[in-house]
Amino acid sequence: MSHGPCDKCEELLQGYLDRELSEVEHAQAQAHLDGCEYCSRRYRFELTLRQYVRTTAEERMPPGLLQKLAELRSTGPAL
Amino acid sequence: MGEPELDIEARRIASSARDRVRFEEEALALADQVYRVARRLVGSREEAEDLVQDTYARAFRSWSSYTPGTNLRAWLLRILTNLNLDRGRKIQRTPDIQPLEEGDYYLANRVAEAQGEQALDQDKVVERLSQDSIVTALSSLPHDFRDVVVLVDIGDFSYADAAQILDIPMGTVMSRLHRGRRLLKQQLAEEALR
Repeated sequence: MSHGPCDKCEELLQGYLDRELSEVEHAQAQAHLDGCEYCSRRYRFELTLRQYVRTTAEERMPPGLLQKLAELRSTGPAL
Repeated sequence: MGEPELDIEARRIASSARDRVRFEEEALALADQVYRVARRLVGSREEAEDLVQDTYARAFRSWSSYTPGTNLRAWLLRILTNLNLDRGRKIQRTPDIQPLEEGDYYLANRVAEAQGEQALDQDKVVERLSQDSIVTALSSLPHDFRDVVVLVDIGDFSYADAAQILDIPMGTVMSRLHRGRRLLKQQLAEEALR
């Protein structure tokens, strides 16, 4: 099933959200998004998902690790 | 050696020592960010800690091969991903992915089918995904895909940086990222729709 211009927009999704599109491609995607609720909804959804995955999958460094790393230096243990 | 030369030599040593201390401080300041990426590349916290320690040990030894002013975080991650390759993976090749190729809108379309277009505007669809399921989905990705997804999505590296870190062409970064994210969404779909 084809959605016409939406197929192209789906293709540009990744580069758009990663801010890696060329100017021409970005303008192309933007022009389509501005007029297409179907795609703009999906772009927003994708962005929310991506941010959620990032914050959820992040784990801080365990306490004590920084000290262990500092001790690996040639120049002594003090931080 | 006359005194002026001694002086020059002493200054060179002092200056090199200062550069080294600065390098070490800058590297340590990035430890938390390096760990966050490491943690998602390997299966356990212990492995991640080991990997980060090995990375810093090597970085401190070969500090002089770092070019000041370039991306130190990427430099550290390059060491880390190489060590990670050497360690566990050995000859483990990427298994053939089932040809099931859903589009980028796959998850959104499934949600829209099940709950209507409006559901896409609500954050709660996404928030239904537990930390466990996201972590499991990430770790179940074939490692070639996972490396790229973790570097770009967790580490916030550009395509160019990821290409350099993994020593692969940028086009490969883009295609692995693309497929990796699709696979991730396929994995997450079931839980999102519960």
